[in-house]
Amino acid sequence: MASIDERPQDDVSASGARAGQVAAASAGTPTGPAGAPGARRAPRRSGSGIRGREGAAGWIFVAPMIVILGLFLVIPIGMALWVSFTNWQGNTNPFVVGQGTDVVGLKNYTDLFARDGLTRDNFMQSIGNTFYYVLLVVPLQTVLALALALLVNNTMLKGRSFFRTAFYFPSVTSSIAIATVFLFLFSNTGAVNAFLGFFGIDGPQWFSDSRGLLHLAFNAVGIDNPAWAQGEIFGRSLWDWLSGPSVAMFVIIFLVIWTTSGTFMLMFIAALQDLPVEIDEAAALDGTSRWQKLRHVTLPMIKPALFLVITLGLIGTWQVFDQIYVMGKGAPAGTTLSPAFLSYQQSFGNFRYGSGAAMAFVVFLIIVVLTRVQRYVLTDKDERKPFFRRGGRR
Amino acid sequence: MSRKTTTAAAAACLTGVLALSACGGGGFSGGNNAPQATAKGPVKLTVMIGSSGDAETNAVKAATEAWAKKTGNTVEVIAASDLGQQLGQAFASTTPPDVFYTDASKVGTFAKAGNLYAYGDQVKDAGFLPALVKAFTYDNKFYCAPKDYSTLALEINPDLWTKAGLTDADIPKDWAGLEAVAKKLTSGKVTGLVIGNDINRSGAFIKQAGGWIVSEDGKTMTADSAPAKAGLAEVQKMMKDGVLKFSSDTSPATGWGGEALGKGVAAMTIEGNWISGAKKDFPDLKYKVVELPAGPAGKGTLLFSNCWGIAAKSQNQAQSVDLVKSLITTEQQMKFADAFGVMPSTEEGAKAFAAKFPDQQAFVAGGEYAQGPVNLPGFDEVMTKFNSQLATLGKGGDPNAWLAELQKNGTSAISD
Repeated sequence: MASIDERPQDDVSASGARAGQVAAASAGTPTGPAGAPGARRAPRRSGSGIRGREGAAGWIFVAPMIVILGLFLVIPIGMALWVSFTNWQGNTNPFVVGQGTDVVGLKNYTDLFARDGLTRDNFMQSIGNTFYYVLLVVPLQTVLALALALLVNNTMLKGRSFFRTAFYFPSVTSSIAIATVFLFLFSNTGAVNAFLGFFGIDGPQWFSDSRGLLHLAFNAVGIDNPAWAQGEIFGRSLWDWLSGPSVAMFVIIFLVIWTTSGTFMLMFIAALQDLPVEIDEAAALDGTSRWQKLRHVTLPMIKPALFLVITLGLIGTWQVFDQIYVMGKGAPAGTTLSPAFLSYQQSFGNFRYGSGAAMAFVVFLIIVVLTRVQRYVLTDKDERKPFFRRGGRR
Repeated sequence: MSRKTTTAAAAACLTGVLALSACGGGGFSGGNNAPQATAKGPVKLTVMIGSSGDAETNAVKAATEAWAKKTGNTVEVIAASDLGQQLGQAFASTTPPDVFYTDASKVGTFAKAGNLYAYGDQVKDAGFLPALVKAFTYDNKFYCAPKDYSTLALEINPDLWTKAGLTDADIPKDWAGLEAVAKKLTSGKVTGLVIGNDINRSGAFIKQAGGWIVSEDGKTMTADSAPAKAGLAEVQKMMKDGVLKFSSDTSPATGWGGEALGKGVAAMTIEGNWISGAKKDFPDLKYKVVELPAGPAGKGTLLFSNCWGIAAKSQNQAQSVDLVKSLITTEQQMKFADAFGVMPSTEEGAKAFAAKFPDQQAFVAGGEYAQGPVNLPGFDEVMTKFNSQLATLGKGGDPNAWLAELQKNGTSAISD
């Protein structure tokens, strides 16, 4: 977060400085400020004058963006942060303490972690659900997107543009529409179960099956709620944490991978098309196998794209909302709850805006930490910066 | 149309001394509920409704228009697409709609957050059904005038009924009778009884067993009481016998009882009088409505209702109350009944309705012994959690454990 915020400023000051130099270079013209020659000899003193004015111009140029970002991003985030420390109920001015709004300090946050109750139960379940969701979606959609990109980037393939469009199609379709179609596909008598029935498999009742996939796997080897998994973490037993995504959640995972891999395929294609053909040919001359070429030539060169795809994937998946909203709102048995949906429900359904905002900020922190970890992992070993230093660009 | 009451509520006040003092103390309860200085002269009222369709919207528009003409005010009717969410946003603004539909299950939530103007005392002479007055009473205050109501009854497919060799004499009077006919009606794809998968259907069995999940005064949870366990045990028993299924478990899965009946996967279902909406999707649908069978503790059914809520922040409360008074007359309520099939909320209106629509007699009769939804604040998530567990009953599971959890979560919501 910090580094992203700093970047525009760095660039602004850098370009500002460059503009200053340009201005100084042309300052020999008669129209230049009277003190300009002196300025060149003693940059420190009058440089502040010129640069200062240039800086002001710079600020004027970026002002519209700062105003827009401030108005629609920074200020609302600040307001939400304030709300997360109150018990605001949504019908008064949250910034006037006393009239239905009281500051409760960190209570909304501690309730999520430390207080035994439904709020913590739901929140922890939603975190568990989403953890498995992210764990499956991000790697699978990245791999699938890369595979599709390599496929349609292959010059030997006929009808490339057709396939490119076909693979991209789910991404440009409304997620609500796709989710609704999936409701039909995976209904008890839907196409999927009919297809499975063709092979004599009795398909599950997808959207009402709350059994976790890992639980099913454990059960298959004869383990069911064993003694070693009874310890409680944040009010949920270890066994519950180990449930894995439920069958219903699995459908959503499948849907999301299918929809988003098209988008990410496009990013990979863009990166792949940037690669110089010579390197490919050189690798071929060196007698690499296809796998070696992919592993040691192509992948390292599209690393920025990989970083982008995984980062966007991580951020997007932790915020999953619309599919959940359409496909069950947490049912069956809360196994498709996501923190984003829970936060919405808590705020607009239960009028507990403080608690809802607190959930949103916890998710925000999770995303920031995970992005940081992932950035650390993807950086080359010799370029790694200390893990917890802010910024890290200078 | 399926008025599956979104089980409601919401703890507005969080726990903690600060919050308690804010909610319990003066705060809004004093100031906001006293009639505010009302604007003189013609005013413009805004009415927000969650409409079942054009018929309802037009009927409400016509009724409010008539009042507006008579009194010289103007009324704007807004049909919300998501009433709960739009109201939440409106309450946060300075000018919420003056009058709006309020579900019985939301009364406590809205009232506790100080959004509702309690004007019940000004309309209590209208002769509402006692069960309805109770449904809209929270913390000993009657908040708003019930708009209409509906109760659950048993709908039977008459063709399948005769095919199974059953006659009118076999119409179930008790649980044993229900089990017997459901068993006879179950064959092949057809399940004897198909009901929705939440407390809004299974709860009727709890009522019939002589209990409910909260005590009469709404102060304590009784979800782990013997009647609650007995009610769900009966549902579970019939389910294990294969004669009862939740609508989400049928094949093909159905959204609600009316659809199950229409698609021919159910011989009987338990729904309210909104079942007539199923005729839109299934024009050939035929059903016979009878009262729900009695349980070990007598007859019991569930009641769903909306009231005309008036905003605590409204500047035109006097005019709003006057408008509502014009909407709850028996004459006007019968117009609504004709237009979109709801049952009038007054004793007199209910009689007129039963006389006019004899085939819906069973729904009206249910009003005598019906149980309204839990209207305590903060119960939305509690009931959501329980419902999501209950929905998995068809896959096994222990209803008593869910009830115990409901007891625990509900108790903590009450004390919040």
